[in-house]
Amino acid sequence: MAQSDQSGGDNASEKAMTAQLPHYAQSLGIKVSEFEDGLPVLTVEFGPMVEGRPGAFHGGATSGLLENAGYAALRAVLIAEDRDPQLKPINITVQFLSAGKNKPTFAKGRITRLGRRNANVSVEAWQDDRSRPIATAIMNILMAERME
Amino acid sequence: MVSPLPPFDPEASSKFFFKHGHTGWLGLEYSDHGENWVELKLPWREDLLGDADRPILASGPIVSLMDMASGMSIWTTMKTFNPVATLDLRVDYQRPAREHCAVIGRAECYRITRSAAFVRGIAYDDDIDDPVAHIAGVFMTIGKDPRSGTI
Repeated sequence: MAQSDQSGGDNASEKAMTAQLPHYAQSLGIKVSEFEDGLPVLTVEFGPMVEGRPGAFHGGATSGLLENAGYAALRAVLIAEDRDPQLKPINITVQFLSAGKNKPTFAKGRITRLGRRNANVSVEAWQDDRSRPIATAIMNILMAERME
Repeated sequence: MVSPLPPFDPEASSKFFFKHGHTGWLGLEYSDHGENWVELKLPWREDLLGDADRPILASGPIVSLMDMASGMSIWTTMKTFNPVATLDLRVDYQRPAREHCAVIGRAECYRITRSAAFVRGIAYDDDIDDPVAHIAGVFMTIGKDPRSGTI
């Protein structure tokens, strides 16, 4: 398992964590922009790949960013606890609050509850003004121990 | 007086919807529709995998598939292309999608009020009775059909 440096927001650790994002996230151009209190902030630029209505993010693309931010936050917390389970999605509920405009979007997850088998994660996505999120999500993620 | 618009046609609209943007990038395709439902297809693609350990489709594209099928099921039910905004969308994952399988998303608009539309649906791969995910969504109508020119 790759070691992740969470000592700060240096460029190397963000690049390393971006490289660990799933294929889907990388295909969509999602990147780790920085770490805040050990938790990654993910970002995606506006472009044709994420466009729904002209000039606006597609809800599915916003959901993809939220979901990846949720997994990345959980992974960061698990690494800090020296745990490496397989993560499986149970469910996600996305609330769309306002249209994502043609500018970069950011998202950060927060672990609401970390159990042995289930994690409850809440995620917010925003653009210019962090106090006005464009979408939020609640996710339940199953953590399965790896079979050797 | 504006002449009546032809009813919304999910198959014909798909040609425009899936040519550009996010849904074009995903490669969504029209599959089937009925009075109040639309079925779309998300073809298998290696670069949409969501798990480093297993060849499993990420859940993000399934949300995109179901969001699009939901919107189109509303327009099919209303027979007009009134813009709608997704208020919320819930996806309950039942099992991973099978490797090298396309995922089909079927969304049904089961109720429309003056300002809200309620949708439920499933995503499945080879067996409709063994879905990959169940979804439920609420949408709000936010304007008139732009084709009428009187938004």
